[in-house]
Amino acid sequence: MMILGKLLLGVIGLALATFIGGFISGLDRKITARMQSRFGPPLAQPFYDVLKLWGKAPMAVNAWLVLCAYLTLMASALSVFLFFAQSDLLLIFFVMTIGAVFQVMGALSVNSPFSHVGAQRELLQMFTYEPLIILVIIGIAMHTGSFSIASIYALDTPLLYSMPFLYVALGIAFTIKLRKSPFDISASHHGHQEIVRGVLTEYTGRQLAMLEVAHWLDVVLLLGLCSLFWSTSAIGLFLLLAVTYFAELFVDNVSARLTWGWMIKRALGPGVALAMVNLLWLYAIK
Amino acid sequence: MINLKEWINKGRLKSPWVVHFDCGSCNGCDIEILACLTPVHDVERFGIINVGNPKHADVLLVSGTVNHRNKIALKNIYDQMAEPKAVIAIGACGLSGGVFHDCYNVVGGVNKVIPVDVYVPGCPPRPEAIIDGVVVALEQIKIKLGLAEAPAVHAVHME
Repeated sequence: MMILGKLLLGVIGLALATFIGGFISGLDRKITARMQSRFGPPLAQPFYDVLKLWGKAPMAVNAWLVLCAYLTLMASALSVFLFFAQSDLLLIFFVMTIGAVFQVMGALSVNSPFSHVGAQRELLQMFTYEPLIILVIIGIAMHTGSFSIASIYALDTPLLYSMPFLYVALGIAFTIKLRKSPFDISASHHGHQEIVRGVLTEYTGRQLAMLEVAHWLDVVLLLGLCSLFWSTSAIGLFLLLAVTYFAELFVDNVSARLTWGWMIKRALGPGVALAMVNLLWLYAIK
Repeated sequence: MINLKEWINKGRLKSPWVVHFDCGSCNGCDIEILACLTPVHDVERFGIINVGNPKHADVLLVSGTVNHRNKIALKNIYDQMAEPKAVIAIGACGLSGGVFHDCYNVVGGVNKVIPVDVYVPGCPPRPEAIIDGVVVALEQIKIKLGLAEAPAVHAVHME
């Protein structure tokens, strides 16, 4: 019964996450527009975009590209499913990584130089955010004694009290994963044209729609990881997520796009340092 | 799956992504096109996004005269766009060659090389006229998709 309940929870979570991810993306574009004193698109705009892309005529360059788009979407969906089924954090992390790797493989399977530059930069972005997320997961395991999400929900004080620096490190990883400025170097967001959208250059029509949905699911998964830091009350959790996402939008709008070298020096270095300080603290109070 | 098809058609009309190709324009029209993206006109409120990649675009905006060198590039960009797509010729030069129509190197308007759906006249046209051009192009796509009937007289823009 326990397993069946968890599977059901995962399926419901995945279905909800797709819709919530789309609306978060719409809200993101709306708030960004208001910050730039524009009116902005309707809230459902991401859904219109994905539906339109789904209806475009097929133009894939090769079969690898199509396969990689499917695998990216499946990996993202599976990691969100595992999250809502309250599975193992390490397993979720590895499944999420598979999605990102296949997106890069698809981009490398074509001849376009924009696609190649974007793929190399995406690998560097993964190289920056993955250690940070792993360190956050290690911190959670040190605190609760288990990699399972259920053990976090068993806590009676929020994780944020004992892991504030790790939350900042997770915030840095979140900005890179969201592809927000200053880290939108592998594939910039709507309306920007850095290296012709880099890693996404050769994905068209349905494949692009699938990657868009995969990106929504990744955002929901990362927000889910953030939500674990205030698992004790629903209001606290919602406030924490709202403040975090607003901070992401604010940073996106006040900063310029920077280079990958800057990202590794100024995001990976301080991020790992913050995480290490927090891990030592966790070790000391044990 | 009639329902999905209806939703897709709705999406098509709500999110036209444009790619802009400067076919040797004097930059007058180009500046007006870019003015549409600014907070004053903000075309993103109609779901219009200026993309840099013809493979992601639905509408091709062409400004400037077509000559024998760049007609190859123009055809190439048009061919890279996936169906359904629309082409908008912008400015006097894009419509007919403008003041350069009888130069030895000029082919003429954009419609000599690729099929054009909407013509936006002016030297340069105002941003409002360009936005109206995209809206009229969406009407054309509606007719192509069979969602609306073709009007008896196209009283859209006078050349």
